[in-house]
Amino acid sequence: MPNEIVSVEPLGPQTKSFVVRAPRVAARAQPGQFVVVRLHARGERIPLTLADWSAEDGTITLVVQEVGKTTLEMGASVDEGSELADVVGPLGEPSEILSEGTVVCVAGGVGIAPVYPIARALKEAGTHVIGIAGARSEDLLFWVDRLEEACHSLVITTDDGSAGRKALVTEPLAEILAARKIARVWAIGPAVMMKFCAQACAKAGVPITVSLNPIMVDGTGMCGACRAEVGGRVRFACVDGPEFAGDQVNWDLLIARLAAYREEERCALERYRRMVREAAA
Amino acid sequence: MIRPEQVPMREQDPRSRVHNFDEVPLGYSEMEAREEAARCLKCKTAPCVAGCPVQVDIPGFISQVEQGDFRAAAATIKRTNNLPAVCGRVCPQETQCQGVCTLGRKFEPCGIGRLERFVADWEMEHGARTHEPPPATGSRVAVVGAGPAGLTCAADLRMLGHEVTVLEALHEPGGVLMYGIPEFRLPKEVVNHEVEGLRRMGVAFEMNVVVGKSITVDELLSEGYGAVFVGSGAGLPRFLGIPGETLIGVYSANEFLTRVNLMRAWRFPEYDTPVKVGRQVAVVGGGNVAMDAARTALRLGAEKVTVLYRRTRQEMPARVEETHHAEEEGVDMQYLVNPVRLEGRDGILSDVVCLRMELGPPDDSGRRRPVPIEDSEFSLAVDTLIVAVGNQPHPLVPRTTRGLEVTKWGTVQADEQGATSRPEIFAAGDIVTGAATVISAMGAAKQAAVAIDAYVGKQ
Repeated sequence: MPNEIVSVEPLGPQTKSFVVRAPRVAARAQPGQFVVVRLHARGERIPLTLADWSAEDGTITLVVQEVGKTTLEMGASVDEGSELADVVGPLGEPSEILSEGTVVCVAGGVGIAPVYPIARALKEAGTHVIGIAGARSEDLLFWVDRLEEACHSLVITTDDGSAGRKALVTEPLAEILAARKIARVWAIGPAVMMKFCAQACAKAGVPITVSLNPIMVDGTGMCGACRAEVGGRVRFACVDGPEFAGDQVNWDLLIARLAAYREEERCALERYRRMVREAAA
Repeated sequence: MIRPEQVPMREQDPRSRVHNFDEVPLGYSEMEAREEAARCLKCKTAPCVAGCPVQVDIPGFISQVEQGDFRAAAATIKRTNNLPAVCGRVCPQETQCQGVCTLGRKFEPCGIGRLERFVADWEMEHGARTHEPPPATGSRVAVVGAGPAGLTCAADLRMLGHEVTVLEALHEPGGVLMYGIPEFRLPKEVVNHEVEGLRRMGVAFEMNVVVGKSITVDELLSEGYGAVFVGSGAGLPRFLGIPGETLIGVYSANEFLTRVNLMRAWRFPEYDTPVKVGRQVAVVGGGNVAMDAARTALRLGAEKVTVLYRRTRQEMPARVEETHHAEEEGVDMQYLVNPVRLEGRDGILSDVVCLRMELGPPDDSGRRRPVPIEDSEFSLAVDTLIVAVGNQPHPLVPRTTRGLEVTKWGTVQADEQGATSRPEIFAAGDIVTGAATVISAMGAAKQAAVAIDAYVGKQ
């Protein structure tokens, strides 16, 4: 069955991983690419960056944090054996995998998922990979074991100090950038985190790649909802990205556009919660 | 005595229809259809047939309508047109079959489009007969894109006995019929019905396959398809390239219409995809897509919708009927104006600044070139701006297919039979011509189907 859910695993209080049967996607997936998913006939199309895949098994792994109506519904109602209405991909341009030098891979929160295959590919290609994984608190961290395997060394940070170092990811990043020669930095996480990582890299003169997550509709270059400004030019994150040079991104624009539908998102979420309550009663 | 004017088609009242997404023209009754069919002169020269890109036997089917044999009329149309319910609604008949109608020299031309729609709807209502494809040829053909070109090519190839699989990037077949043309002009039920007909003929569909990403054309060929037809369309939106286009509230017509049509945002929150339309809406462009966007914005509750077009009404590429419907519904047309920048507050669109234009000497397209009038800048307060200035061919298939030659406009190089620089790859529709009409894509796709049949027959 295409788009069948092979397994679901909770990774934290509001985060789950889904292994989905998608042989066409799995056969061609590369680090940095994403899929567009629709839960059901009335669903919206949401982009999710690939967290893992197996061409042999014909499966892909998606990690989803419950933040809005669709992701909440996915967490609550998509079980093992069920089916997603649509999975399309792999979309976007793959990461440019370097084969020498030392790189830093910074993951913030749910950004751990997309960083993992990139770090793994970089290590396999022959670079020395330093990982930094940060979250607000320990319970929001996941896949630390996988990251340890994909990186030569790993720094854990939490905002509250419940695990690893009590710091934001930018602190160890700045220290590493000051201490040694870094060929490139990858940073994937909340827009604000990527913005500050980009500033730190610009200051140190080190190139940085970020993965943008703007609102998308089709994900294939057809609508332009995901327009971002990079180096003063308008680019479509879905086909020109999702990875871009972080120091070139107009972050304030990206952050503003992410909030374009805040009101509608709240309306959809409240309606969904009400329906769940009514169904339970 | 010939009735000088067409039998009018009933329409929803403009005042009530701006509050719903139901179809605007309501179609003919059997009586009305027979009355209109009687106007046809059945002239021997039948210029209408030559005026039709898919050469429907127009006098033939109209005679059958006149006699009341609607099922036979449907069969006559379907001999050359697999999407009559679509074509009867969206074809520019006034510049094609009806434009050359003999009756039209003296009176209003015969309402061929309306009759085609009537026949297709009659058949839909009374149950379509499934055409059994001939014995299998053993050849397999892959069709890239389930838009008008792809659907037409697939149907014709299937009726020649080939095994056909259509690969579509989006989650529903139909292409622009599904994501672009609004419900009130082409009900999605009609598109689904036509696609269902293809499925019954044995055409296989695979959704969510982005050819060039999920799989390449070369991989399809090595998977055992004897030929590949590329009908990937012109789906890439053009923007204006002026400051402020990333402000919130600025949409490409593709995004705006895709949200509403394909994703059913007009039924948010029942459907999950939202769309935002403020009180004041401006639409930039003068084509059918601009009219579709403007009329959609009204139906979503906009108080005022203004179309900004840089030339005059005479140069407008939109069909007269579409412009007329838009004006009836209260869309304000502003001619000879061109946006030069967009302004906003806190990242949200607030004004569109325009220049007034005048017409200068003709440009490459033969139309008089609009030139700005000095010191004519003015601004219009808007919440939403929809850019409907055309689409470009999608570069994904050409970019990922070895040796497939493209023109300087990014369209696939193909001759009138759809032959490309690669013998096993054929192409037609907007990917070859750039953005054009549904029916011209269908006409070219029919030619390609003939060429593909000949090609796979030789293999």
